[in-house]
Amino acid sequence: MPPILRVSHLSKVYKGGFTALNDVSLELKQGEIFALLGPNGAGKTTLISIVCGLVNPTGGTVEVSGHDIIRDYRPARELIGLVPQELKTDSFETVWNTVSFSRGLFGKPRNDAHIERVLKDLSLWDKKDNMIMTLSGGMKRRVLIAKALSHEPRVLFLDEPTAGVDVELRRDMWRLVRQLRDEGVTIILTTHYLEEAEEMADRIGVIRKGELMLVDEKDALMRRFGQKRVTIQLSQQLTAIPAAVARTGLTLSQDGRALLLTLGTTPAEAPVSDLFRALALAGIAYSDIETQQSSLEDIFVELMREHA
Amino acid sequence: MNFHAIKAIYMFEMARTARTLLQSVVSPVLSTALYFIVFGSAIGGHMNAIDGVAYGSFIVPGLIMLTLLTQSISNASFGIYFPRFVGTIYEVLSAPVSAFEIVAGYVGAAATKSVMLGLIILGTSTFFVEVQVLHPVWMVSFLVLTGITFSLFGFIIGIWADNFEKLQMIPLLVVTPLTFLGGSFYSIDMLPPFWRSVTLFNPVVYLVSGFRWSFFGVSDVNIAISLGMTLGFLALCLVAVWWIFRTGYRLKS
Ligand SMILES: Nc1ncnc2c1ncn2[C@@H]1O[C@H](COP(=O)(O)OP(=O)(O)OP(=O)(O)O)[C@@H](O)[C@H]1O
Ligand SMILES: [Mg+2]
Repeated sequence: MPPILRVSHLSKVYKGGFTALNDVSLELKQGEIFALLGPNGAGKTTLISIVCGLVNPTGGTVEVSGHDIIRDYRPARELIGLVPQELKTDSFETVWNTVSFSRGLFGKPRNDAHIERVLKDLSLWDKKDNMIMTLSGGMKRRVLIAKALSHEPRVLFLDEPTAGVDVELRRDMWRLVRQLRDEGVTIILTTHYLEEAEEMADRIGVIRKGELMLVDEKDALMRRFGQKRVTIQLSQQLTAIPAAVARTGLTLSQDGRALLLTLGTTPAEAPVSDLFRALALAGIAYSDIETQQSSLEDIFVELMREHA
Repeated sequence: MNFHAIKAIYMFEMARTARTLLQSVVSPVLSTALYFIVFGSAIGGHMNAIDGVAYGSFIVPGLIMLTLLTQSISNASFGIYFPRFVGTIYEVLSAPVSAFEIVAGYVGAAATKSVMLGLIILGTSTFFVEVQVLHPVWMVSFLVLTGITFSLFGFIIGIWADNFEKLQMIPLLVVTPLTFLGGSFYSIDMLPPFWRSVTLFNPVVYLVSGFRWSFFGVSDVNIAISLGMTLGFLALCLVAVWWIFRTGYRLKS
């Protein structure tokens, strides 16, 4: 079976000569949540727009479940749902009509039960007869999600779905995305909230200046780049780390009142217990121990700095 | 063929028409009534019959054409320009629809509306003058054919225009003069020979002439030529639309 989405050597040079994507290749597995991360202008929306048929690629190919998005655009596009980054909605239509319109547009026969389920899932049911322009921004975003889900897509693109969305709604969206994933829908989302990617994604891709720098399982990424920092608050002030205690990854804080140990930098590390035994032997007393796991955000910032 | 999509776009556009029904019907009907009062009654009373048709009746087909052309162009151009302007066009562009299906939906709806208006104006005119339709089938055929052709033309304008000024420029600067000079209010035989020849370059002449023939059985130019010119313009518009979708002109970057 072909992968649900295969992007091969995709490039985009916009008119005027700006290269927004440079030889991007990527394969997605069915039913995974893939988070595409990258700073503003990295090319995330461009990539999504090409797959959805809104932007013409200048090089490379894209296949959705084996269907070329240009040659075989009909079966390819039938599988795709898109929630664009910007809020683009009709004003005078009702919620019900605009969502039903989307279903028809994607070639699906009328199915009121499905539309009802989607609207209820997105807490829009009581707004179904309201004109879109009377809705708040967060509601409009949900309308866009409802439109994208109206035709039961197998691949869902969410371009910054939670921008400007309150905490509660964000949790609701996460729940919905997981539910869709469990139904076998493949989800590609972009976000600038890294804790969101950390919470949601199965795999993560990092794009920068049009190049896909890295694609990996989130857990592997966290393990590979993630570090653990242990801060040991000392009861006394030290001027230097005693030789008996010293080890790689151990530094003294500037004020000499804490020892900082970074773990996860070298594969074969001495057990942490060694350090505490050494401290006890050296007669160094400590009052508190704090551990800190680096987040995806730290990893991301670090990556961006390394490649700057 | 994605019939669901054609229907969705068509119904969406018709719903838009329904929302603005009053203004879209009232203003053409009002202006037609004014034309009849001024040209039909006030001036027409002093005019000789043309080809045996009373002047008031003579201008009916021209007036219908005037409305049909302007309405087709403005409906269709706005219908596609507006989603481009607010950005909702993304959905149509990302849907599994062919260029033909998109055009059928938008142009079909615009043509439906302008043909309906044409018929309403025909109805309105019967309150002012006596109207006979000698060839009703041809009359409706010309109405529909012209409605579709100029809705297509409007669709092209709506894609070409990148601001509201441009959207209104073509109808205002090109179509209105051509319609007025296209024999809506006179027979081109009334013109001096030189101006008569010049007029033959105006495509609207053929539309009005053919349409008038379906009413009164008389025309300025041969009916076959009228039909041929209309079909020719339709073909031209179709080629332009085909090119637009093939290249993504003004639709995709
Ligand atoms: N239509 C266009 N014409 C020319 N350049 C464009 C066009 N659209 C995007 N770009 C440029 O391509 C680059 C990538 O833009 P894109 O919208 O894909 O970034 P992004 O990763 O989605 O950013 P953000 O996080 O801000 O949404 C940017 O430098 C942008 O200026
Ligand atoms: Mg973007």
